[in-house]
Amino acid sequence: MNPELGQVALILALLLSGLQCVLPIIGAWRGNKPLMATAGSLAIGQFVFVALAFGILMWSFWTNDFSVAYVAQNSNLSLPWFYKLSAVWGAHEGSLLLWMLILNLWTVALVVLGGKLPEAFFSRVIGVLGFVAFGFLLYMITTSNPFLRLFPVPANGADLNPVLQDPGLVFHPPTLYMGYVGFSVAFAFAIASLLGGELKSTWVRWARPWTNVAWGFLTLGIVAGSAWAYYELGWGGWWFWDPVENASFMPWLIGAALIHAQAITDKRDGLRAWTLLLSIFAFAFSLLGTFLVRSGLLTSVHAFAFAPARGVFILVYLAVVVGGSLLLYAMRAPKVTGGKSFALASRETLMVIGNLMLTVACAMVLLGTLYPLVGEALNIGRISVGPPYFGPLFLILMTPLVLALPFGPLSRWGKADLKVWRTALIRIVALAVVAGIIGFVVGARGWYQLLGITAATWVMSGVAMFAIKRWREAPRGKRYPFEMLGMMLAHFGIGVFIAGAILTRSMSVEQDVSMKPGANVDVGAYDFHFNGVTETRGPNYRAQQGTVVITRNGKQIVTLHPQKRTYSGGQVQTEAAIQAGVFRDLYVSLGDAIGDGAWSLRVYDKPFVRWIWGGGVFMMLGGFVVVLDKRFRLKRAVEPETVHVKLEPEAPRKLAEGET
Amino acid sequence: MNPVRKRRLIITLLIMGAVAVATGLSVFALQRNMTYLYSPSEVDAGKAPDGHAFRLGGIVKEGSVHRVSGTLTTDFVITDRFQSIPVTYTGILPDLFRVGQSTITTGTMDNGTFVAKTVLAKHDATYMPPQVAQAIAKAKQEHRIPPDAGHGGSQ
Repeated sequence: MNPELGQVALILALLLSGLQCVLPIIGAWRGNKPLMATAGSLAIGQFVFVALAFGILMWSFWTNDFSVAYVAQNSNLSLPWFYKLSAVWGAHEGSLLLWMLILNLWTVALVVLGGKLPEAFFSRVIGVLGFVAFGFLLYMITTSNPFLRLFPVPANGADLNPVLQDPGLVFHPPTLYMGYVGFSVAFAFAIASLLGGELKSTWVRWARPWTNVAWGFLTLGIVAGSAWAYYELGWGGWWFWDPVENASFMPWLIGAALIHAQAITDKRDGLRAWTLLLSIFAFAFSLLGTFLVRSGLLTSVHAFAFAPARGVFILVYLAVVVGGSLLLYAMRAPKVTGGKSFALASRETLMVIGNLMLTVACAMVLLGTLYPLVGEALNIGRISVGPPYFGPLFLILMTPLVLALPFGPLSRWGKADLKVWRTALIRIVALAVVAGIIGFVVGARGWYQLLGITAATWVMSGVAMFAIKRWREAPRGKRYPFEMLGMMLAHFGIGVFIAGAILTRSMSVEQDVSMKPGANVDVGAYDFHFNGVTETRGPNYRAQQGTVVITRNGKQIVTLHPQKRTYSGGQVQTEAAIQAGVFRDLYVSLGDAIGDGAWSLRVYDKPFVRWIWGGGVFMMLGGFVVVLDKRFRLKRAVEPETVHVKLEPEAPRKLAEGET
Repeated sequence: MNPVRKRRLIITLLIMGAVAVATGLSVFALQRNMTYLYSPSEVDAGKAPDGHAFRLGGIVKEGSVHRVSGTLTTDFVITDRFQSIPVTYTGILPDLFRVGQSTITTGTMDNGTFVAKTVLAKHDATYMPPQVAQAIAKAKQEHRIPPDAGHGGSQ
């Protein structure tokens, strides 16, 4: 197929998105039904053309069409087919196209599932999404066209960056973008409500499932990225406070705050203004993330060569979207805000504390991430801010949140009984102390390990007590509605994550060693025996492959084969070999030949490292499960002006069911 | 004051207090934990902090990499094509570490040798971190001002 067709498809999509932005909003403003009715078809039309462009680019990769510059730069004849296809989003231009496609998927999902929203509101939502799409398509066409031709046509491509030749590339960018872009829906709902001057906050209930699903995907994307970095970057870390990780973490923090703020607004009609603001910021941080990654302004593992035009465009776009939204907010918010207040001792207060800590943490991450840029702009010098800044501060900010977390679900809306808090506190402390003692008896040593065990128990026992409370107090069949189940899963996931993060850090044994063939080294309770290095081959690389036999008490556990690959383009890539387990990972990665037949090796014993990602998976499931709640399967509203609404995001629902 | 207002006041004060504490902590932590990047020329001119960690960025000089046989220690030289600083590092070097490539190391100066704790090389072989490119550009600029400083500016 002709790549120029892809270009034409993108231009057509741009035109449609321009119309999608203008017509439905004018229609909603004028009360013009035919204009409003264009929303759905324009969105679907745009999707068709973007999907066509995406398909054409994929086809160009599949058929090794190296006359397309993007394909020539990121593919190779000997590249395995699944990497050829995922190479579509392996670099700048294609990943923007993926971003666009996912935005269209969300919009179409909204058209299909949100058809029963009030017509004017629905038109505004689709119009706002059209505006977002217009900006991105314009950006792609003017600065990042993936269909540019190359002449003369090279006989072979330059190959995909070896770091990206990994299953991680297949999952990480699409899921991450599903999350990033998913926040555009909550954003569009918020802007539409401001545009329409909705006095009621019913829109929040409609927005909640979308926010939860987007956050679930974002969690999954971050987990996938973290796991990928762990085994691919070759030194076994799982979080580096790299600017690009921060870029994905900031919308995650705001998204988590938004989920809770939306729940308060939906159920108690409080915090209306705050929910609006968070809806704007969740998406603003998604855009900022895209900007930070794509502009190449920051030094990071993801940084691409600097392209000023691209950076400036996104910066302007960001300014328009965020500035415009905040302006609209300032103009309209006084009209829509208000709502109920609540007692100091209530579930709301605890949720507000959580919100506060999450947003402050986000501000802290933002400060540390942008500080080097500020330093450069002010000519203070070239500064870097690393883990010593982020780590301790994040810990300090999250401590109150973790401490308060078990009490939120246990207390009542509006006004809580202090006696309930006291009983809960006594029980949770008791459980945490018992867990600490058990941990000590089993063999946990050092205050850090004990801290990990008690903190995780603290959170999980809150979830358990909530489950027991519901079991006792609620009638059969109504004990665990999906909304609560999602909350319990996510909170439980936080407990699992805490255990993983702290125990991995305190119990890991990590050694960089030099070994000659036949040598042994003890790592924790394990014995690593090095059997030397042999040559081997893959489809598009040569590799030096080490053989390491791991035994414990003389019993052989596993034989690992870490590799040092040299790809056809000359790039070198270390592939760590990992024996993964629920309770520990054994990790070997090959360094260099360092003379006298010896090799340098990294040999690690990393207990509980899987719990870090396991916790993330629980949080993701929590986000997905909430969507199934009856609350969001809206019945006919009582008030005449709120028309019957039905919101059943089917796809995520199936996903969630499939995974529980 | 009526109870609603009082409650709002308490909440507002709490929020402001939390924000103030967080800002104070952040700024404090930032100041303690920033590391500056210097080029070999700047280090040579005595601009780098003494006995304090900083980052040294530049190009791994051709023919300078030398392993201490059988150990994990590697000695090499980082240059911006005007000045060079010897570096010693014990550990496993990243995949993209090789002569002629740009790198950023973090560590401290010790008797004229930079003792690196971490060595960072970018995974795109053709890509030079903006900071390193700037350091080299800056070094060039500074050395062009005195007309006799043309030693080795071949890049």
